[in-house]
Amino acid sequence: MKPLLTFTKGGVHPPEFKAQTAGLGIEVMPVPQELQLILGQHIGAPCTPTVGKRDEVKEGGIIGEVTKGLGVPLHSPVDGKIKDIGTSTHPLRMSVPSITISVAEDASAPVYEKQDWHNIDKAELLKKVHAAGVIGVGGAGFPTHVKLNPPSSSPVDTLLLNGAECEPYITADHRQMLENTEDIIEGAKIILKILGISKCYIGIESNKPDAIEKMSAAAQAGSGNGYTIEVQPLQVKYPQGSEKQLIEAITGRKVPAMALPSAVGVVVQNVATAKAVYDAAVFGKPLYEKVVTIAGKGIKRPANLLVKVGTRIGDIVDYLGGLQPGLTKVIMGGPMMGFAISSLEVPVTKTTSALLFLTEDEVDTRPHSQCIRCGWCLDACPMGLEPKEIGIFVEAGKAEDTAPFGVFDCFECGSCAYVCPAKRPLVQFIRMAKMKAKRP
Amino acid sequence: MIKQQASEDQTAVAGNMWKVSISPHLKSSESVEKIMWTVVACLLPPLILSVFVFGIQTLFITAVSVISCVVVEALSQKALKRPVTIKDGSAVLTGMLMAFVIPPGVSPLLPILAAVFAIYIGKHLLGGIGYNFFNPALLGRAFLLASFPVAMTSAWLPPVDGMAIFSYLGTSIDAVSTATPLAVMKEQGMAAFTQMFGSGASLYGSFFMGFRPGCIGETSSFLLVLGGIYLIYRGYITWHIPVSVLGSIAVLSWIFAGENYFSGDPLLAILSGGAILGAFYMATDYVTSPANKTSKIIFGISIGAITVLIRLKGGYPEGICYAILLMNPISTVLDGWFKPKRFAPPAGGAK
Repeated sequence: MKPLLTFTKGGVHPPEFKAQTAGLGIEVMPVPQELQLILGQHIGAPCTPTVGKRDEVKEGGIIGEVTKGLGVPLHSPVDGKIKDIGTSTHPLRMSVPSITISVAEDASAPVYEKQDWHNIDKAELLKKVHAAGVIGVGGAGFPTHVKLNPPSSSPVDTLLLNGAECEPYITADHRQMLENTEDIIEGAKIILKILGISKCYIGIESNKPDAIEKMSAAAQAGSGNGYTIEVQPLQVKYPQGSEKQLIEAITGRKVPAMALPSAVGVVVQNVATAKAVYDAAVFGKPLYEKVVTIAGKGIKRPANLLVKVGTRIGDIVDYLGGLQPGLTKVIMGGPMMGFAISSLEVPVTKTTSALLFLTEDEVDTRPHSQCIRCGWCLDACPMGLEPKEIGIFVEAGKAEDTAPFGVFDCFECGSCAYVCPAKRPLVQFIRMAKMKAKRP
Repeated sequence: MIKQQASEDQTAVAGNMWKVSISPHLKSSESVEKIMWTVVACLLPPLILSVFVFGIQTLFITAVSVISCVVVEALSQKALKRPVTIKDGSAVLTGMLMAFVIPPGVSPLLPILAAVFAIYIGKHLLGGIGYNFFNPALLGRAFLLASFPVAMTSAWLPPVDGMAIFSYLGTSIDAVSTATPLAVMKEQGMAAFTQMFGSGASLYGSFFMGFRPGCIGETSSFLLVLGGIYLIYRGYITWHIPVSVLGSIAVLSWIFAGENYFSGDPLLAILSGGAILGAFYMATDYVTSPANKTSKIIFGISIGAITVLIRLKGGYPEGICYAILLMNPISTVLDGWFKPKRFAPPAGGAK
């Protein structure tokens, strides 16, 4: 096996907790009676509805379109009728505009015809990716067609597929690498064609040896004809799946502060996004389904589910047999960067990778105390920042003076708060600092 | 009031009685309490040994010191209307360290006074844990040394014979008190020192194991180093400060402490005068030492240099206490100078 690579600065080793779901194959969840689609699924301008109340919609049909600015269209995941165009609960933005669809009882799955993507030219492929509403499904939700069309001022020579999946509990990407292996490799080749480059590395942490093996074999088989695809095993270290850390681990290049990966000639896509690109280019199938890991001791039956975008968490809970006593926190996303939610009304979006139902003993609810200046957060920070100072400044009401500590380099991975022996909410302090400090 | 806001957010409970807070939801099992109590545990073996070296008196003086530190901490926090945090072990640790750096033969009144000065004035009036800029235990010792110079420089006990650990109880301390090795060396010269404590391997051996006059923390270098290595192994302290403190004391003593240049005894310099306790347990105090690796080394070397300077040229036989106290307030300055290296500066030069 190739030597394991990793990023150089900081990082932590939280317990992995992946055994609960790593062995569970992707299971298709039956469509619930109702779906609720948030109009702002991606970074950028939210969609404007293109349908009205009581309109009939078909699976894969467009229901929202971005008229101005950065964005991708939104598709109906089912045949059904628009029940309402209103608002929905959102973990961060409290309440956001959304479309509610009543699912038709006699729905028939549409047939997507397979096309040979080799015969489609770059511009057409890019259009297909946009039309299918593909965004970075790893979490950020950045529209993929924009990422695949970097400015000519920064030429790109390498594509990285992110299969690190460094967050504890989550195994959704792991399962997709095992079950959709060939699709992901084909997706990588389509992305390479769109970018007009030949080299792709797939970064996978060494705690997924089966995925490394299967993906390596498929990558080797898929290489040739001007494409070189290579799996690069990585050490297990959080936050390896962060874009800048992954780029440094695999290519040794450091993306400057405030810059995009294309500044060092790299484009990063999640493995699941590569699968979505494949579906878009080969079948013309829009992105409206998502593989989500449901784990934690607070759910009756943990699983890796393929759900329709817009499925409410409550419906997933019902399907999996309900909640377990002792549930303390419900988290959308991973335990390091996900959001705690207070209502099961929240729907799954294109960027939801996990739903965690954690019990008292799985989460830390100890109160925080004063900073003892042990400096562990300095050692843990992958960006070389000083979280302790930022926290002390914010507590002292000096949040606006924290720019010299590099608050804007912080991507809120939570490594500092993870190691803090005083249990200080450092990410929260840094978010407060970001609100007050002046961006350089 | 942002602080309060943050703690409320952290424990805000949603309608379903689920907790809602900002990520990360997973935290490591380490805690301030765990660190403090582990350090306390590392200090227990030398304390137990000291009972067999100096008698039960050491246990008594340590108990007085620990109890008064805990009581003063509780009273200070009550008086200042702050949450009482005596369970976190930091006051216990201060009490132990303070007992380790005062002569075991002093009156029990002294550690009580020192506790008031160290914990109330030196810690809580400055903002409590994390905001004190002097090491509280050493502050307590410095206060005693200034206020009770005679007791603090004479109430040393010679090692007891055999297992007669109760032999000093009831006797007047003046009757048995003796001088510490560094004081003998400073005031009476090397000849008297050799006559009193021997030389060569037996000297190093007795100093390393702890059988010679001194305070508790000056005696068993072996057990203190063992505890220090355990703390490094656990990741609670790093090697930077202990190594740079002891290394610079050894090198500078070798150069300057002898009759001629380069004829000093580096091993003796490290094994005497509480250098090991200071290097592993005092100078590494999180609050009063720098957090960056580079500043830690500069901090350690400075402490070593000041220690040797005081030992050779100053008015006291022992220097590490003041050396650490002098460097304590500089540690934040050092951290300001030597920032951690950022991942990558913005394109077009650092801002």
